[in-house]
Amino acid sequence: MAFLELHGLTKRYGTITAVDSMTLNVEKNSFVSLLGPSGCGKTTTLQMVAGFETPTEGRILLNGRDLSAIPARERGLGIVFQSYALFMHMTVAENVAFGLEMRKVGKAERARRVAAALDLVHLSHLADRYPRAMSGGQRQRVALARALVIEPELLLLDEPLSNLDAKLREEMQLELRRIQREAGVTTLMVTHDQSEALAMSDRVVVMERGHLRQEDAPFEVYEQPGSLFVSNFLGKSNVYDARLIAADATGSRLVVAGREIAGPAGVTLPPGDVALVLRPERVEVVAPDAALIEGRVIERIFFGNQWLLRAGTPFGEMLISRRNSGRAEAAVGDRIGLGWEAHHIRVLPREEARA
Amino acid sequence: MSETRRNWLLSAPGLVLFGVLLFVPLVMTFILSLNSFDFYGGIKPDIGPGNYFAVLGDGYYYTIFGRTFAIALVTTVICVLIGVPVAWFMLKMTPFWRSIMVLVVIGPLLISVVVRTLGWAIILGNKGIVNDALIHLGLIERPIKMMFTSGGIVVALVHVMVPFMVLAVWAALQRADPAAERAAESLGAGTVTIFRRVVVPQALPGILSGSLIVFSMSASAFATPAIIGGRRAKVIATTVYDEFMGTLNWPLGAAIAMLLLVSVVVVMLAWNRLVERRVEKVIG
Repeated sequence: MAFLELHGLTKRYGTITAVDSMTLNVEKNSFVSLLGPSGCGKTTTLQMVAGFETPTEGRILLNGRDLSAIPARERGLGIVFQSYALFMHMTVAENVAFGLEMRKVGKAERARRVAAALDLVHLSHLADRYPRAMSGGQRQRVALARALVIEPELLLLDEPLSNLDAKLREEMQLELRRIQREAGVTTLMVTHDQSEALAMSDRVVVMERGHLRQEDAPFEVYEQPGSLFVSNFLGKSNVYDARLIAADATGSRLVVAGREIAGPAGVTLPPGDVALVLRPERVEVVAPDAALIEGRVIERIFFGNQWLLRAGTPFGEMLISRRNSGRAEAAVGDRIGLGWEAHHIRVLPREEARA
Repeated sequence: MSETRRNWLLSAPGLVLFGVLLFVPLVMTFILSLNSFDFYGGIKPDIGPGNYFAVLGDGYYYTIFGRTFAIALVTTVICVLIGVPVAWFMLKMTPFWRSIMVLVVIGPLLISVVVRTLGWAIILGNKGIVNDALIHLGLIERPIKMMFTSGGIVVALVHVMVPFMVLAVWAALQRADPAAERAAESLGAGTVTIFRRVVVPQALPGILSGSLIVFSMSASAFATPAIIGGRRAKVIATTVYDEFMGTLNWPLGAAIAMLLLVSVVVVMLAWNRLVERRVEKVIG
């Protein structure tokens, strides 16, 4: 039995179904991310676990205990809100102590635990400050300390890093993961940022329009996307219409834009129309005689550690990402040869285009 | 044109308005308050502090000043006690009910104070609804005196002033982060604790500004004390009126009016300084 279990969790607002029979198991001490675009139901799911929304159907079990009948204030969960929701009229230490006060923890014990929590988030020196005089990153740490000091069974993070600037966000990703490990608390995070979810989580849950689309470890979700939606949402993808003409345990054959190419082994789809997915970082720029297809560079963008090329090819436009190895990259207008290994291709069912 | 000159020129319309409508009448009233008066000769254009000595040397006026500020203070406190919860409930309502509640709260402001106060006179009178009901229920034998008392004035003033408090507190609560209440809830706080520890501190700037409005308006209110209090429960504003229109002693009336203005300003400044120190480091 998993530590946190969602069973057929459903939330309807009138005729709109925000979360549709979501079933999920979260193991103890793991860090799980609910990932998806806005409106996919991830926040509603978190709100139901927190107790701020009542599920229309389904059950939430935490450590074997059914949470349905327990009001939010008795669930004892640590929650970090997107806006941090600090008490602006209290000092950092008073903010952190609030949950302990509510639990009638004695003064000496309270002081000790507040100090320990502030130490965990490296804020001991700012205990007497008011939140207004702090930076976004510091407020984030206060919110985290306030949620962790009550030693919750479950930590809920609602878009915790979305209000921070890019550099600070990367630092906080590592920091948050460190704190979560040190505190040893099972964590459920909601985010729309795929790199955040991949970097921080043990398991990533991809949601779309109220449905759980895929749940797996970050590497697996990225490498083995189960659908075009997941593939497009996690990182960049080149997607082409293709026809699967043969597939067995040793390989497969695909036809794209009238050319027959080798595909990966182990494709279980029946022959017919499929989608071919190729990650930009798996495409190599090669000598013309070794190329599978040729392309002409349309656009070249420099990111510092890598280049992104956009090339016109017989398949259609293709994105190619190249590590910056200190050499000048092909320029706009250059003809380049492109190649890849057959097992880097993903073959997925074709999906109807969405508005 | 220099920056300073242009700034002065741009604010000229406002300054003219301010000068003509506030500063000039105020100075004229002040000069009037320094003139002297006798029943046969009328107002004499001499200058002297005689009227102020007359007011400050007479215990009768101290009673009136004391009553006025007691009424204003009690009205303010009751308005806070009513206004803060009402504003909080309004914030929690669905948009539909909230817009209806805003109308309900602001509605009384659309009706003349005189009309509203006359309504209270009907309710509070010796043969009014409240007394009639209590007598018929057998709870009392003789009517409770509510008209022409300070208590009656407070009741009617609260009715007039509550909207100002609700709106001030509401504005403050709207600026606050609604997630803070949820955070308190998730940390184990009940509704009463959330209200006391989170909502009231968030509402504090609104309570402070609302108190200033309600206190100063109650201290200088005229129509409500005139109708409910009459000649028996006199406040400063009705005393000024009587001096001007009854005794025709304009200079004395002007002196009392100046003293009202000064004392209200002093109370407001003191209040402001008191709370500013407490609030500024938190609210910024």
